[in-house]
Amino acid sequence: MTQPYIRFDKVTKAYGDFTVVEDLYLDIAKGEFVSLLGPSGSGKTTLLMMLAGFEPPTRGAVIVDEKRIDQLPPHRRNMGVVFQSYALFPHMTVAANVAFPLEMRGVPKADRKQLVDRALDMVQLGAMADRKPSQLSGGQQQRVALARALVFEPAVVLMDEPLGALDKQLREQMQLDIRDLHKRLGLTIIFVTHDQSEALTMSDRIAVFNKGRIEQIGTPNEIYDHPTTRFVADFIGETNLLDGTIETSDASGLTLSLPGGKRIRVAAGSNEAAGKTVTVSLRPEKIRLGADAGPSSSSGNSIPATILDSVYHGDHLRMVLDAEGTRLIAKADRRFGDLQPGSKAVASFDPADCWLVRS
Amino acid sequence: MSIACGKRLAAFGLVAPLLLFLVLFFVWPLVTMMSNAVSDPGAGRALPQTAAALSNWDRSSPPTPEMQAALVDDLRTTQDDQLIGDLTRQLNSARSGFRTLMAKTVRTVREEQGAVDLVQVDQRWEDVSFWQAIAAATASPYTDRNLLAAIDMARSPTGEITALPASASANLAILQRTFVIAAGTTLACILIGFPYAMVAASVTGWKRQVMLAAVLLPLWTSLLVRTAAWFILLQDNGLINRLLQTLGLIDAPLALLFNRTGVIIAMTHVLLPFMVLPIFSVLIAIPTNLLPAAASLGAHPLRAFWRVLLPLSLRGVVSGSLLVFMAAIGYYITPALIGGPTDQMISSVIAFYATGTANWGMAGALGIVLLVATIALYVVYDRLSASGTERA
Ligand SMILES: Nc1ncnc2c1ncn2[C@@H]1O[C@H](COP(=O)(O)OP(=O)(O)OP(=O)(O)O)[C@@H](O)[C@H]1O
Ligand SMILES: [Mg+2]
Repeated sequence: MTQPYIRFDKVTKAYGDFTVVEDLYLDIAKGEFVSLLGPSGSGKTTLLMMLAGFEPPTRGAVIVDEKRIDQLPPHRRNMGVVFQSYALFPHMTVAANVAFPLEMRGVPKADRKQLVDRALDMVQLGAMADRKPSQLSGGQQQRVALARALVFEPAVVLMDEPLGALDKQLREQMQLDIRDLHKRLGLTIIFVTHDQSEALTMSDRIAVFNKGRIEQIGTPNEIYDHPTTRFVADFIGETNLLDGTIETSDASGLTLSLPGGKRIRVAAGSNEAAGKTVTVSLRPEKIRLGADAGPSSSSGNSIPATILDSVYHGDHLRMVLDAEGTRLIAKADRRFGDLQPGSKAVASFDPADCWLVRS
Repeated sequence: MSIACGKRLAAFGLVAPLLLFLVLFFVWPLVTMMSNAVSDPGAGRALPQTAAALSNWDRSSPPTPEMQAALVDDLRTTQDDQLIGDLTRQLNSARSGFRTLMAKTVRTVREEQGAVDLVQVDQRWEDVSFWQAIAAATASPYTDRNLLAAIDMARSPTGEITALPASASANLAILQRTFVIAAGTTLACILIGFPYAMVAASVTGWKRQVMLAAVLLPLWTSLLVRTAAWFILLQDNGLINRLLQTLGLIDAPLALLFNRTGVIIAMTHVLLPFMVLPIFSVLIAIPTNLLPAAASLGAHPLRAFWRVLLPLSLRGVVSGSLLVFMAAIGYYITPALIGGPTDQMISSVIAFYATGTANWGMAGALGIVLLVATIALYVVYDRLSASGTERA
């Protein structure tokens, strides 16, 4: 990574005895799109608020452009913030709301109008310029907040679940628009979301939060395919977490014995010692279901299984299997629709798709 | 149908005690006082035929024989001396000389039978101004005399409304003073109450409780006690003066008692809750993230206050001001105890007429003036707040 533009250096935030963010390091490059993903209450908003200057860190330093910004008041930080609850000014029209940052920066009136119109067009609210926020739907208010935070083209934009209230279609449209804007203006965006697919599709990097700490930070690909912890594997997408004891380990990986007695091969963890208990993450879509073990059975794992449940999801079927005492979730192609609960099948998967995670 | 009817009856039964109470202790006294203020003490009742005869007189041409005959008739038929006495007093206050004229006329008219030429009885009956006074007095059973007097006006003999000379009445001056004192109190309440409410809304937990209790506490103490307390505090050797002297801020005690400063200090203290509470309730309803949002958009805290917090809390300031002002213009005890002679407010004049001279008409009229001022204020406020909610 190039020289970090924003750096959290061992930042801790505590309210009294209650630590919300603990010893956090985070480097963000200029122009990067970083998503913060994590369960409710994990400290994502707190992190944004420390960066925007509304909450001082209890310990540690927040550094932007190689300068500590602890002493810089919020109104001089030049960061656009989209608040989780919109924070629109109820006594001003939509246009006045969007013009507010321009007004504060002394942009001449004539230019203001043009910039406001453009920002409102971007969020498809040109027709609502004269309404009051209370006359807008939640999604429309959210888009006004977005327009307001972007209209002055700040170097850094902090977004706290900016698309939470939008329907799927508008949400996807806005995701594209934000991505586009990010590229075009070279914005540095920190984007808080609950929606993992949103994080996966939009971000350069994702930081997964848990209890005030970053569990893992990496590209969407790394986070999805190579989660380092049990929490991350479970939080991002659906996964099967298999606990097992190492029987043997060799150069190509290790052999694991599952609680039901079944052995599987895992193409990782060759330096782990035998006898240790480890956890393996196996994505449901990596499991193939068939009447027999299939072509790659010689190198792969295959477990005879009973289908417990099968749920139709449109593009796939979500199967719950009992694989010799191990509960497995598999995503099956629709042609397996004839596999009724109770029938038998063989679940096979590659050792390379089994990923060791820390618990 | 009958169930709905029964329900409505039951509902009515529930509010009936309140309605009855309101009618008995609010509407009825109000109506009585108002009718006192505008009803005529007797001219119309004593002189019904004269009233009819004068109704189409142009009030400037010489008196006609019909008018004279009607008056003679009325004076003969009206046997109630009390009524005649009231009438005479009323007419005399409008045109001096009526007392002797009436006494003489009534005596003559009652002694003689048949038609009487009034001019023969007294030359003055040729004078148009006496007839004008009767015409004005009998024009209707209602009179605007009290109401006009309440705002230092009177009707001239020809019926036009004119201002009284400054020496004759001081009601307008006192009314104006009342508004000035009330406005001063309101301003002081805003200046103290707004920052106070802001602090109270920004702290939490026990601090907020303490701050609110400190405002509410005076409300639970009797007004008289509070005013008496200020009486003691504001004395030349009272707590405030001694504190200021001890601190070396002043050499001689400040005059705080029996003047306007003292009145406004005490009234501000008494009325402060009515300012703080509405502002506080508006402030805590303002979402907490608006000021951070303004800051993130580049607004200096002062500008954020000016552009965001102040406009949003204005509704509370306006309703608080209205409450304080309306309560203040009716104040009586505090100016009476703490103010000097030039700080008495309109209520003390009302009290003077009501309890001092038993002139219920004037008391009622001044009350009406106060009521009208209050209602006018309320209408303005209502308009403002209605357009405010439309915009919000
Ligand atoms: N002023 C405060 N005083 C005490 N605790 C606070 C305060 N603000 C936040 N917290 C706590 O800090 C923790 C983290 O809050 P934060 O708002 O950062 O969560 P989040 O990750 O943004 O959650 P969500 O996804 O629900 O928005 C929460 O447990 C919250 O209760
Ligand atoms: Mg949050």
